[in-house]
Order: sequence, then C-alpha cells, then structure tokens
Amino acid sequence: MALLDINDLTIEYKLSDGKVRAVDDVTLKVENGDVLGLVGESGCGKTTLIKAVMGLLAKNGKAVSGQIMYKEKDLLKLNKNQIRKVRWNDISMITQSAMNSLNPVYRVGWQINEAILEHTNFSKEQANEKSKSLFDLVGLERDRLEDYPHQYSGGMKQRAIIAMSLALDPNIIIADEPTTALDVIVQSQILERINKLLDGYDGSMILVTHDISAVAQTCNKIAVMYGGKIMEYGDIRQVLKQPNHPYTMGLKNAFPSITGEKKELVSIKGVPPDLSKEIRGCRFKDRCPFVIKKCIEIEPEKVKTEKGFFRCSRYEEIDKIREMSDDMETWNNCNGE
Amino acid sequence: MIWKHGIIVMENNMAEVKNKVIEAINLKKYFDVKVKTNGMFREEREVKAVDGVNIEVLEGETLGLVGESGCGKTTTAKLLLKLYNPTEGKIICNGMDISKLKGKNLKKFRKEAQMVFQDPYESLNPRYRVKDTLIDPLIIHKIGNSYEERYEIAKNILEESGLRPAHKFMERYPHEMSGGQRQRVAIARALVASPSFLIADEPVSMLDVSIRAGILNLLRKMISERNLAGITISHDISLIRYISDKTAVMYLGKIVEYGETEKLIQKKYHPYTEALLEAVPNPDPDIKLSLEKIKGEAPDPVNLPKGCRFHPRCMKCMEICKSKEPETVQVEKGHYVQCHLYSK
Amino acid sequence: MKKTLKILKNNKAGTVGLVIFITFVFIAIFANQIATYDPMEIQYSDKYEVKRLQSPSKEHLLGTTWMGRDVFSQMVIGSRIAVLVGVISAICVAFIGTNIGLIAGYYGGIVDKILMRIVDIMYGLPFLPFALILVAVLGPGIRNIILAIVIITWRNSSRVIRSQTLSLKNRTFVEAAKLTGASNLRILYKSIAPNVLPTSLVYVSTTMASAIMTESSISFLGLGDPMQVSWGRILYACYSSQAMFKAWWWILPPGIAITLLVMSGYMMGRVFEEIANPRLKER
Repeated sequence: MALLDINDLTIEYKLSDGKVRAVDDVTLKVENGDVLGLVGESGCGKTTLIKAVMGLLAKNGKAVSGQIMYKEKDLLKLNKNQIRKVRWNDISMITQSAMNSLNPVYRVGWQINEAILEHTNFSKEQANEKSKSLFDLVGLERDRLEDYPHQYSGGMKQRAIIAMSLALDPNIIIADEPTTALDVIVQSQILERINKLLDGYDGSMILVTHDISAVAQTCNKIAVMYGGKIMEYGDIRQVLKQPNHPYTMGLKNAFPSITGEKKELVSIKGVPPDLSKEIRGCRFKDRCPFVIKKCIEIEPEKVKTEKGFFRCSRYEEIDKIREMSDDMETWNNCNGE
Repeated sequence: MIWKHGIIVMENNMAEVKNKVIEAINLKKYFDVKVKTNGMFREEREVKAVDGVNIEVLEGETLGLVGESGCGKTTTAKLLLKLYNPTEGKIICNGMDISKLKGKNLKKFRKEAQMVFQDPYESLNPRYRVKDTLIDPLIIHKIGNSYEERYEIAKNILEESGLRPAHKFMERYPHEMSGGQRQRVAIARALVASPSFLIADEPVSMLDVSIRAGILNLLRKMISERNLAGITISHDISLIRYISDKTAVMYLGKIVEYGETEKLIQKKYHPYTEALLEAVPNPDPDIKLSLEKIKGEAPDPVNLPKGCRFHPRCMKCMEICKSKEPETVQVEKGHYVQCHLYSK
Repeated sequence: MKKTLKILKNNKAGTVGLVIFITFVFIAIFANQIATYDPMEIQYSDKYEVKRLQSPSKEHLLGTTWMGRDVFSQMVIGSRIAVLVGVISAICVAFIGTNIGLIAGYYGGIVDKILMRIVDIMYGLPFLPFALILVAVLGPGIRNIILAIVIITWRNSSRVIRSQTLSLKNRTFVEAAKLTGASNLRILYKSIAPNVLPTSLVYVSTTMASAIMTESSISFLGLGDPMQVSWGRILYACYSSQAMFKAWWWILPPGIAITLLVMSGYMMGRVFEEIANPRLKER
C-alpha cells in the first residue's frame, strides 16, 4: 500500500469571472521511503496540489473529483480538527517563504518547543532535548536555540525550519521550494543536508520546485507537471537521462554548464496555458517544437513506461524526438507565442 | 565572438582597440551600522561592503561579478551607477570622473548607465502601463520630437525584447504579465534611451529555471548588438560563464580572482572559485552533490576574520592566512588572484 | 470602463454609497427646479392663515415648519450646502494632506521635521471647539466653516500619506526611476504619488462625510450662517421651536438626509480604493 495515494484529483478555484482548473486529473503514488520531486513552472498546479494534501486550500478552491488517500482515509473528507491532527504529526510542510515564517519576537528554540508541546505529551525538558537533537540533525549549533531569528542567516533559518518540520517525526515531509531564495553554496549545503537526513529516515519527502537540479540531487522519483497535469512520471534516472516528454527535454537543457564547451541554452518559447478556459488537445501544444495536428485536437493518452508514465501523442517517435531536442535549432525554430 | 552551431568560436580581437567605458580604481564603500553588543548597548561599527575593488569594462565586453549574498557585488553596482557615493576611490565613465557630476551632466550620465534589477515584480511601477514606463526615459532625455515618435521607439525596443505583438504589451500593467515578461520590459526600459553601459543584477534568479535561458539569451544579444559594456551580477557562476567574457569573483568586499571567464573556470586558482564551481546546480542525477571545497557560513560582515577573509572556510588554509591579508598577484597574463597560495 | 462596472457589481456597499451620493448631487444641482416653493417663504392658506406645522400633504410633501415654511423645499435647497461643503472640504483636505505627506516623506530631514511639528500642533487643537471659535471670530458663513474644517482635518491624511511615501521611497521601481535620470520632483509626482492616490481618494470620501457632520453640528448649535438654508439649520429651527416631538416630518428628514449622505461618503471610500488601484485581482 502506498503511503500517499492520490487518484484522479481535480481541483478548481472559483473566481469572480469563472473557474480555474489548477489541477486536472492527477494520479500519483508516494511509497514509504520515496523522495518524490514535483517539478513545474509557476502556475502549473504543484503548489495547489500539495495545499490540497495539507488541507490548506484557499476558500475558493475545491476538489471537484478524486481522492487523496492517506492511511486508508481520504484527506479531502476530513474536517478541520482531523486535518490539524494529520498536519505536523503525520505530514509536515516547509512552505515557500519559510524563512519568513519564524516569529521574530520569540527565540527559535522556544518556537520549536512550542510546536512539539502542542502536538505531543512531552514535558518541557523532553521537548528541549528533542529540539537539541533536531539541531544536531540539521547541523546547527545547539546554543543557537537561544537566538532570535534575525540573528540567523538565510541558510540557518531554512535549516531551523527543516528542524521544526521534523519535530514530530512525520511520515511525509512536503518541502515547497525550500532552496529557491538561497545562494548556490547555501543551496548545495541545504540539499546535502537533506540527503543526509533522508538517508536514515523512515518516511517520505515530496520536494516541490521549478529547479530540476535540486530534484536530481535528492529525489528518487520525479513527476513533471505542466498546466495542471502530470506530463511525465518515473524513476529519476530514467526521466532525466532519457526523458520521454518534450517539456522535460526542454527543462533538462535549460541549465548552463560549467564543464566542456559552452553550449547555447534552450529557451522554451511562449507562456503556460490559460487554465480558466477549456483546453483542447495537449496542454503543451503552443510551445512544443514537435507539435502535429493530432496534438492540437486530441488530449494525449497516458503511455506506460517501466516504472512510470508520460503523456505524448507522438509516443512512437520518442527516440527521434529526444535526439532532436538536444539540438538548439529545434527549439529556436519553434513558434511559441 | 561568433556562435556557430551553438558553440562559441572565439574571434581574435587583438587588432581592435576598444574603448574603456567604465573603470573603477580602488573603490571602497564603508557603511556605519549600529550593532547590539552584549546586553543593551549599541556600538557604532563599520561594514566594509566594498573594500578596494578595481574594475574595467570595455565596450562590447561583459564582466561577470560573482559571489554570495553580502560579498559587495550589488553595492559595487550601485557605486558604479552613482546610486551610492564611494567612501574612497574613483569611478571613470567614458573618460569622466563621475564623482564630480551634477545637474545636467549627471543627467547625461544617467542616460549612459542603466541597470536591470533582480526583482521583476518590484522594478516596474505598478500603476504605469508598459508604454508609460518605456516612454518616460525618452521624455526625460528629450529623445523623439513627438509622442508618436516616442511611442514607436518604445514599441520597437519592446519587440526586440521578445514581447510580441508589441502593441498589445504596450497597454498592459505589470500585474497582467508573468515574471519573465516583466523582466523583458525592464530590459527594454534600460535600453530604450541607448545607454553605453548596462548592469544586470541577478537578472534571472527570481525566474523559473525554464525561462531563464530566454532572458539570458536576450541580454547577450542586446549587449553584443549594441556594443555595450555589460556587467552581470550573480551568485551562480554557471550563469556568469554563459554571459560574461571576463569574471571577477568577490568575497566580503574584495575581488579574490579576476580573469577571462573560460580560463577562470578551468584554472580556478582561488579556493573560493573552486567552491563556487562545485556548488553549481547540476541536473544530472548521476553526479552526486558533495561540497568539499568549503565549509561553514559566510561570516557577519561586521566581524571580519583577521588575515585572509576567506580563511575560516578555506580547505587549504595555511598559518599565514590567519594573520596576514594576501596581496593581489598576477598568475597569468590578465589573470589576478588574491591568495597566499600564489604569493611570492 | 468595463473593469469599473465589474468592481461596482462586486462591491455592493460601495455602489449603494455612490448611488446615494450621486442622487444628492443631482438634487443639489437642480435644487431650484426641484424645490416647490421658496424655502424661506412663509406659506399662507386660502384663509390667510399661516400654515403652521402642517403634516405632509400633496402641496407640502414634507409638511411645514412652525413658521409656515415648506420643509420639502428647505430640504432640497439645503442639499446644496451639504454637498458643497462636503465636496470642497474633501478636495482641499485631500490636496493639502497628500502634498504635505508626500513632501515630508520624500525629502525627509528638516523639511520633514518642520512639517510634522506643524501636524503635531494641529493635533493639539480639538476639532469642534476650534471650528466654533473660528466661526465666532470670523463670522458665520459657508466659507469660514469650510476653512475651519480644512484647517483641522488635513492632519490625518498627511500622516498616513507620509508613512506610505516613506515605504514607497525605498522600493525598487523608485530606484529605477532615479536611474532614468528623473528629477526629484518628477519621481515624487510621477512615480510615488500615483501609488498613494488610492489612500488619498479614501480620505476624500471620509473627509466629505465628516465635513458634512461638522457643518450640520455647527448649524445645529445655531452658529451656522443664518442666511443659508442648511439641514443643520433646519434641525436648529425645529429644536428651538420645541416642535421636535410634535412634527416628525420636520425633524426626521434632515436627520435621515445627513445620515445617508455621511454614510454614502464612507461607503464610497471602499469602492474608490478598488477603482483607483489597477491591481484588481491578487496574484
């Protein structure tokens, strides 16, 4: 049984002038021990998806179909109190601007203790001990517990937040863009630390980001989201080494390298689709350099791979497409809009 | 430089004499801050944000400034644009000492020197349409003889920046555009009055990875087509490599390595350069991350380490590094390093 | 235009306020046409008797006063004063307050210190007593009432606009404007001012509301302009005739009208902020 089982989930936001389908028919499984990378650009629906898992959807957001099964319960059907229990205890979340979610007027140690005390029967001493061991885990000095958030650097704040998210030994940790606002060196240090943590950890993590390199370094599975749908899913090595979807291929080539000869970077032209309107055919059709008539009219079917799936109408020619995607000219000649 | 099938072929430019567009000599900027020491008292301390920086950029050339947050790269940029006044040192733009500029001459300088900011969500006035943002500099510098003429100039540069159909984008407000589109407008604004010198401060760090390439390609194209002197600032050395001819690595206010980008990346003389290269994000899952060239966090800029500023984090630290600041040494022609490993 | 209508549709309170306000403005503009009689004219019946305290009838829609004057006409003509005082005070206060706030916030230093000391002093003056004294010294009259209101009220908006300016001053787009070579004045009025405009507009409508209240209060206390017909004056007349509990048609209309107009001012404030701000949908 998968730890987290999302089936046919569709989430819509109600706006003053219509609806936006932020998540469309998503099926995803997270097994115990998985580190899943959920990748996509801004507006692709990944943040909405995890907010639904955490029960933190905005008031005008609703799951119109599907279920999120966790420990044989549908998280979508829980009431506020039940969700609160699940949150932090079983599923904890590191939000996007987590560094700013530390209360500036309380000492960091106090804040972590409070989180522990609120959800467990620990005594103050036990909570304190737990906080100290958490700081060891994330590589922060113990006496830093006495400091205020403004005395921490960006990287340290992020580590403190990670420590807080581990406080109750959750089964699933969801990290939403945990390293986006950080410098490269600090980013690498944090990712390294996350790897070390996950090594001995009995649980799973979902890493949500637009940065494939962060996912490549930490995850064993990856789901690529675009326009509210999952375009490709599978084992990390398979998806990143031999991508099956043109969007993934584009993303892979968007990283400037520091080794070898200087190559021109791929730029995927165009903008993501407007999710408030009905979309005919494939979501990626406006930006895909390999688009054909079939793509514009019919929504691509799920094609199964060894350990995952992808959605592309030209699945029979994927090898040829993959070759062409390495050539910059292919992307430059694409129309976009 | 020419692009051939996506790979750079270096052109031999030795015969051409290029103009020095911007030059900084021994540039220093110290800030006074009040710091809480033990208990209730606040002491006056100094943050040496920029401490003895020498820079030179020729026309058609791009210099990359790379380093972590707090290393002084943005402060250097603001000094070069006269948004700050230096504590010490001189800045010369197209032969003029900019510290003396006032009034009309200062306005002329403002036309020559422009910047693209890091945050595309903040650098555009939320109450202005794109056309107003672009036409404003033209009005200030009296370019164009009528509104229609200025509108055309603005529309053309918007098109060049990749926003098509341009006439539709001219009417939009910032909140109606994506981050990438806003950044293109910011680039258009910086270039609309034809400057000679452009600074791009972390131009893509707040944008999704998938659209970064588009913006970087645009910057490269504009700088080379208009023969500008460019300075790119980033904490990610892979971005610097993509867009800069020469690179200066900054750490805590000093330039610790300087030279041609390709050589710098190959030779990586300074240990900090090595660390920056090691930390570059790599989308290959087989190449596992391991940070071995650096340890610890960047120190508090108010409490600088004694001796070489980098020594507490350096894996190759020697005794002398802890007490004596290293001098700048020329290790190859046009390539300089500040490190005891190379001192004579 | 489409967007404006859309906001109005969504913001019911604001729309109601706007409708009420426009109705009163309409009445004020066409007061001479709408009023059935001269408000100060004493009405006589066919039998040459003064039509005292008559309850509403076909000829006198809101009845008559103790002196035999038509209440309806008084209300209609009185709306002119209300709207005039409200609108002029609002515009003056918003103009003065916004400019002082902008200048103090942007230039800082001594300019800021001096301006804010003046504001502090203004805060020391109690509103109504000051207005009464000014009117008593300078004589009754609409101009002096407006003057009193404006002198006191600008202090609030200037404080708020100043703090908004302080925070806007450091934003990136202002730095970008500096880089384009814009002069200080241009930055202040072209880059910063449009961003404080929504707040100014809110102050326009709330000032209007409080100005009308003030004028009514002053007139009610008998210190208003005896030559002008205003709602506060109607209340004053009714009160001094001791007819408050006898003639509901005399005491209620001005009370209700003042309430409605004041309320509309506050309700409109909410819509103004949305209309003036192009960021209609949060990202």
